[in-house]
Amino acid sequence: MRSNVLRHHLLTALLLGPATAWLVVFLVLPFVAIAVFSVGERAPEGGYQAAFTLAQYANLPARATAFWNTMVLAPAGALACLLVAYPVAYFLALRAPERWRLILLALVVIPFWTSLLMRTYAWMYVLGGRGIPALLATIGFDDVRLINTPGAVLLGIVYGYLPLMILPIYVSLERLDRRLLEASADLGATPLSTFLGVTLRLSLPGVMTGFSLVMILLLGEYLIPTLLGGGKVFFIGNALVDLFLQSRNWPFGSAIAITLVLVSVVVLIAANRISTRLSGARRVDLI
Amino acid sequence: MIAVPDIEFRGVTKRYGSVTAVSGIDLAVPPSAFVALLGPSGCGKTTCLRMIGGFEQPSEGAVFIRGRDMAGTPPYRRPVNMVFQQYALFPHLDVEDNIAYGLRQARPRLSSREISLRAGEALAMVRLAGYGRRKIHELSGGQQQRVALARALVNKPAVLLLDEPLAALDKKLRTDMQIELQNLQREIGITFVLVTHDQEEALSMSDFVCVMNGGRIVQLGQPSEIYDEPADLFVADFVGKTNLLSGKVAGHSGNLVEVALADGTVIAARERTSLQKGEAVSVSLRPESLSLGAPGSGRLNGIVRNRIFLGSTAEYAIEVQGIGTLLAKADHMIGHGNLFKPGEPVAIGFTAGTPLAFPGPKNNGTNQRENKHVETIS
Repeated sequence: MRSNVLRHHLLTALLLGPATAWLVVFLVLPFVAIAVFSVGERAPEGGYQAAFTLAQYANLPARATAFWNTMVLAPAGALACLLVAYPVAYFLALRAPERWRLILLALVVIPFWTSLLMRTYAWMYVLGGRGIPALLATIGFDDVRLINTPGAVLLGIVYGYLPLMILPIYVSLERLDRRLLEASADLGATPLSTFLGVTLRLSLPGVMTGFSLVMILLLGEYLIPTLLGGGKVFFIGNALVDLFLQSRNWPFGSAIAITLVLVSVVVLIAANRISTRLSGARRVDLI
Repeated sequence: MIAVPDIEFRGVTKRYGSVTAVSGIDLAVPPSAFVALLGPSGCGKTTCLRMIGGFEQPSEGAVFIRGRDMAGTPPYRRPVNMVFQQYALFPHLDVEDNIAYGLRQARPRLSSREISLRAGEALAMVRLAGYGRRKIHELSGGQQQRVALARALVNKPAVLLLDEPLAALDKKLRTDMQIELQNLQREIGITFVLVTHDQEEALSMSDFVCVMNGGRIVQLGQPSEIYDEPADLFVADFVGKTNLLSGKVAGHSGNLVEVALADGTVIAARERTSLQKGEAVSVSLRPESLSLGAPGSGRLNGIVRNRIFLGSTAEYAIEVQGIGTLLAKADHMIGHGNLFKPGEPVAIGFTAGTPLAFPGPKNNGTNQRENKHVETIS
């Protein structure tokens, strides 16, 4: 009996061991280090110097623009993604012929297999001076600026993160019991009421998963604002790179990173709460 | 039938690609009737129900509800409501909101007072008062079934459609719900159309049974008619238990037909269609029409192979040389010692004219039926 229990515990430890070790070394320890850095001071020659001060946090408003850009463009980007993704997911799950479904789904995912960097560079050229603005100039619209604007960043975000939004929504719509839609129609609901009262409500867990997934990734986004936003649209991610690598102000960078993590956690919890309440689901698989 | 039928099918055919699910159905369901569409799976009964609900459109012909052609009318504009198989209750709404769902769709809008009043009445009607705030997943199968009923009936439909409503319930609950459904139908007085593959359910609950096979209606009648006077071999075999014996027509005597069975015994049977001398036929003998007696006293002689004691009756499997195994159901009185034992020789008797002769030898369906006998016996 006892040895059985012992073996059971040993097996559990063996199974969980590698993942735990990985997380401790590469997530928990760095996180502790960052937390410690964030209450420290910048050494005169750059880097970190032990201290206990909340001065770094008090200094957060100095990067208000980066925070503001992130806090506006991350939810806006996630929302834009959602508005584009929902009809696509709806079509794939409920309207597309069965035999085409997998092929169409693959078409959504395949671009994801090439590097985001390459695809974003492509957008740089498309939106840049010799791209769409040049075309517009030939029909008389001169001096249209697309690249290095918030709009370009938003476009890049929607383009880059669309599959991450489509897939969870697709899954929740695919799982939807079609007879519920028939029951709704049978009870006198017009197609619009059925969509709002049943389809949308029951796909909310997928919507919330997609939304929080995209939102959290956007909070740390670095590449798209750099390439499509130029120096003008600065995200927290860019601020972090700048602080750690250029001005070597590690404590301040750490304070920003910690704040970012806290914001992400709040977003996750809120999304989870909302979708659980609205869909009446007992369990929400988040990500 | 002078009154406008609640439901009427006129020459309705439904095809899916090259498959014909329903073929040339004509059917009129009188007001306030309890009608069962009965048949094996794939016979087109569910397709018929879905055409009434508006979820399928006929390829040919038309469906009328209270005299109105329903062509082009979507489900949400039809005066019928459906109890779905496995109920299709909304998991994100509680019991009361499920029931109020249809009321909330009504235009002009109903006041919220009226909605909650009527939802409360509907809950009471299905004996679930006080369950309004429960979540659907907290209810048992029988309770979910009753919520589905209330959700449909609260809208006061002209016709209630029931798609295998009792299939997911256990036997005890199913029997209770059969009685409850019958009572409800009489109380409310609207037409119920029930789809089922369970012949006992169809016979016990409905005023009319519409037996379907291969996309067609094979017989429409009261349950007793269907059971006692089956229109053809399929109905005789599908509805209730029966023994099917193959034989050849030996001749006619009066209005009865003489059939020579495989072992040479000649029995007098009624015919449904006129049969020719020499034609291969199947004779249907209901188990309860057979009487058992001491060897030599009946028409056929056999040996008891198995006995199932059922309380007020007993079922016997009796092997008859040259014919096969027959199922007999006999009343008995406990204490009179007239239970036959396995292995005992026995004589089988029946009144002339009780057997029914149908053209054609036993088909596959018949064989399945026979296997079923073996199952019940062993």
